[in-house]
Amino acid sequence: MNNTDIKQNELAQIELTETVGNIYADDAKMSIRNADVYYGDKQAIHDVSLDLAKNQVTALIGPSGCGKSTFLRCLNRMNDTIDICRITGQLTLDGEDIYAKNLDPVLLRARVGMVFQKPNPFPKSIYDNVAYGARIHGLTNNKAELDEIVETSLQKAGLFNEVKDRLKDPGTGLSGGQQQRLCIARTIAVSPEVILMDEPASALDPIATAIIEELIDELKEKYTIAIVTHSMQQAARVSQHTAYFHMGKLVEMGKTEDIFTRPSHKLTENYITGRFG
Amino acid sequence: MTNSINNLKENSKENTDMGNTTISTTLSTTEKVALSLKKRHQKEKLFKRIGLFAVIFGFMLVVVLIGDITSKALPAFHQHWVKVDVNYKSAWLNIDDSSALNLKKANYRSVLKKSLYQMFPTASGKKLSRKDKRQLSKLFSTNAEFTLKDTLIASPEHFNKQINVWVRLDDDVDSYLKEGFSSGEAGLRLSQQQAQWVAQLNTEQRIESRFNISFFTASDSREPELAGIKGALTGTLLTMFVTLLLSFPLGVAGALYLEEFAPKNRWTDLIEININNLAAVPSIVFGLLGLAVIINLFGLPRSAPLVGGIVLTLMTLPTIIIASRAAIKAVPPSIREAALGLGASKMQVTFSHVLPQAMPGIITGAIIGIAQALGETAPLLMIGMVAFIVDVPTSIVDSATVLPVQIFLWADSPERAFLAKTSAAILVLLSLLLVINVTATMLRSKFEKK
Amino acid sequence: MTTSNTPNNKNTSKEGKESPSGFTSKLHLDKHISRRFNEELEQVRTLVIQMGALVEQQVNDGLRAVLNADETLAAKVIERDHEVNTMELEIDEYCTQILARRQPAASDLRLIVSVIKSITDLERMGDESVKFGRNAIKLAKGSFTEEGSRPLVELKHLGNHVSKTLNKALTAYAQMDVKAALEIIKDDNIIDEEFDNISRLLVTKMMENPREIKNSLRVTWCARALERIGDHTTNLCEYIVYLVEGKDVRHATMEQIKAKIDG
Repeated sequence: MNNTDIKQNELAQIELTETVGNIYADDAKMSIRNADVYYGDKQAIHDVSLDLAKNQVTALIGPSGCGKSTFLRCLNRMNDTIDICRITGQLTLDGEDIYAKNLDPVLLRARVGMVFQKPNPFPKSIYDNVAYGARIHGLTNNKAELDEIVETSLQKAGLFNEVKDRLKDPGTGLSGGQQQRLCIARTIAVSPEVILMDEPASALDPIATAIIEELIDELKEKYTIAIVTHSMQQAARVSQHTAYFHMGKLVEMGKTEDIFTRPSHKLTENYITGRFG
Repeated sequence: MTNSINNLKENSKENTDMGNTTISTTLSTTEKVALSLKKRHQKEKLFKRIGLFAVIFGFMLVVVLIGDITSKALPAFHQHWVKVDVNYKSAWLNIDDSSALNLKKANYRSVLKKSLYQMFPTASGKKLSRKDKRQLSKLFSTNAEFTLKDTLIASPEHFNKQINVWVRLDDDVDSYLKEGFSSGEAGLRLSQQQAQWVAQLNTEQRIESRFNISFFTASDSREPELAGIKGALTGTLLTMFVTLLLSFPLGVAGALYLEEFAPKNRWTDLIEININNLAAVPSIVFGLLGLAVIINLFGLPRSAPLVGGIVLTLMTLPTIIIASRAAIKAVPPSIREAALGLGASKMQVTFSHVLPQAMPGIITGAIIGIAQALGETAPLLMIGMVAFIVDVPTSIVDSATVLPVQIFLWADSPERAFLAKTSAAILVLLSLLLVINVTATMLRSKFEKK
Repeated sequence: MTTSNTPNNKNTSKEGKESPSGFTSKLHLDKHISRRFNEELEQVRTLVIQMGALVEQQVNDGLRAVLNADETLAAKVIERDHEVNTMELEIDEYCTQILARRQPAASDLRLIVSVIKSITDLERMGDESVKFGRNAIKLAKGSFTEEGSRPLVELKHLGNHVSKTLNKALTAYAQMDVKAALEIIKDDNIIDEEFDNISRLLVTKMMENPREIKNSLRVTWCARALERIGDHTTNLCEYIVYLVEGKDVRHATMEQIKAKIDG
């Protein structure tokens, strides 16, 4: 039998009952308990519980289609835009239920920002890109303050020196890595508390990827970060906690160094060592 | 390479000679490709030639069409005037002095006639008979007397004096002159005597051809030499204004709602099907709707650009909605997601991002719709914009006519001169279309640059 | 002294399909999506086992050379150390390549790390065997009296023990047998005790007969070499525990080790 058949056999033999490892954090910024996500009749996420530790980077890894991106998008209610998507369970940010009836998703998204896989700057100037969030939330009325927000955000994203002379140029004229950093700058201009990143470096070359990873490392000082990544090496480099998803279930979660040297669950071991993906 | 191909050919020949038709086993990929390459190149060349031919053919058709219309329209742009010795005798004018009031009510027709009889006292040697006099008058335009009036009112010092005044010739004479004194159709409308008089005027160098500015400054008239498109053009512009004002916002808003905000259920599917079907409804049906509902039920004035605008709006709305929906659908979802992720509300996403990016496509759709509406005749006929309107409309509730209808009416008229005028009006219509297209292209590129 | 069976290196096929059961099936080493990676890990394992077999051969031959005062055998042992060193270099380089190209994780990582450590210990064992060889030559040149045979008997006894232990360790390595490895770790102190016995015996002998000092010292050194081989064998077993259980049990007492593995 070839290696992909092994997956089916493994699954038949290994039952996923409980998540292995440590899913709880002492100071959890976001807590998820017993989350189920349905697309119509199909269930994409089964009973997932985990904590996102404050000011730490948590990596979500797993094979394609295991639900990690779906899970991530629940955290800032981006799945609301999909009509057939239904979510149950408790998801809280600083203890507040983010799916409460009276909570406006717009408010949530100002606190929980998102960076997407393919850089998607607006077809506006660099300045307007970064200022957009601040403008729509009415964070400031003053041009001087807005200038400062733009400059600070670009500095934090490590992009300011490269673009300070051409803030009026369109954001789409930058290189891929710069565009992604622009998107990050745009996200942090709103001063969120949590940043969700959905494979942020997958479309970038190695140098741009390394710059983004370095940036993530610096950003964790101020923000709680959750990153979905297909690259295990990236997860190993960048995160402090790692959660392994498989077919919509959370198989194992724990400290990154433990997961990558001595994972507890066989499925985690198989995925990390490349037995099946 | 060629050696191997020759070998191949020899090989294949041998094989077929032996009755063995399988060649492929002895050939490498390169050799196989080389064999089929010639045929592929030939196919490509043929296709290119056909394409080029199609393009040239289409282009030639356009050239022929425009050329034909232009050549027919050219005569409409110049007109023959004649210098008449006019004697502003007070007896002929039937007034005593040159006061403003009197000048207004003076009898200029008699002045004209008597001046003409003075110019041409005889007809083939005999004194002018009644028939001759009538024929003489008919050489000149019916508004010649008004030209005389305007001249005297403008310079009253010529009262009781004789001066030269330039007046228009009648359209029959005009056509006769334009066709170069031919004895063709135009010539048949003039009697021999009239032709002699015209020849005489010509040798006396009293006839001159001028640019026909009144084509643009005058409105419709029964007399071809006096007819102009001002009224129709104004009517068209007013109607277009109403159509644009109504259809563009409605169409874009409708498209935005259907694409962005409406829930995806059977009702919206039904609406979509209906809109697509409406785009294919014959335009005259909208005219009937306009007549029955807008004019009879709501009581709006017949023949007004307002009503015409509403009817054309109904007609172009499906086109604009369909084109706008396509443009909105083409905006990549990543932009929407990025904006949502930053915490923008649905409205902000739509108006700050989706709409500006979809603008080029929406404008294109609007142009197509407006250009379609520009040339519509049938629905406007139904709501009555076919009347003979002489006044230039000043507001959207005045009676008016539109350029396509004007063209239609002129095309129906028997006078020869109207043929040129019809073609000229068609040229004006096409130019209007061109202007709209150019404006839109500039607008579109402005949005695309942003 | 019989040469022991080299443990489980009979089916060293390249495809890794018929690898010895215990080792590979326990960790599913042969089930990577990358077939080449399977083969590389398989190759590393094979080389280590070969090196282990070679070192075991060296230890046994060296011991025999000392006990039988066989100069020829001793010379062979000394010369063959060159092979052991070459294998160490080769395996080291191979492991570095795998680290660079494959970025192994979890059990694969532990395998490579433990292999790199193991070959150091194996190479040291080879060096100790060379000491046997050298001492054997010197002992052969000297004289053997009847009385001198007692320490040699003790040495033979210790040598057998160490040789058997080494064989057990290499078998445990090939089969990933944590239980056997833990046994060996526990029994390390027996070898230490036996070494102390021989030392005392030889000291007494040296005190009794100063003319036998040279030979006695040489025998002492051989005993010391055996003791060191025993320590290296224990190290190998600690690496086995690390590889299978993921727990580092070096420098820990048996109670601590038990706690680590159970906890």
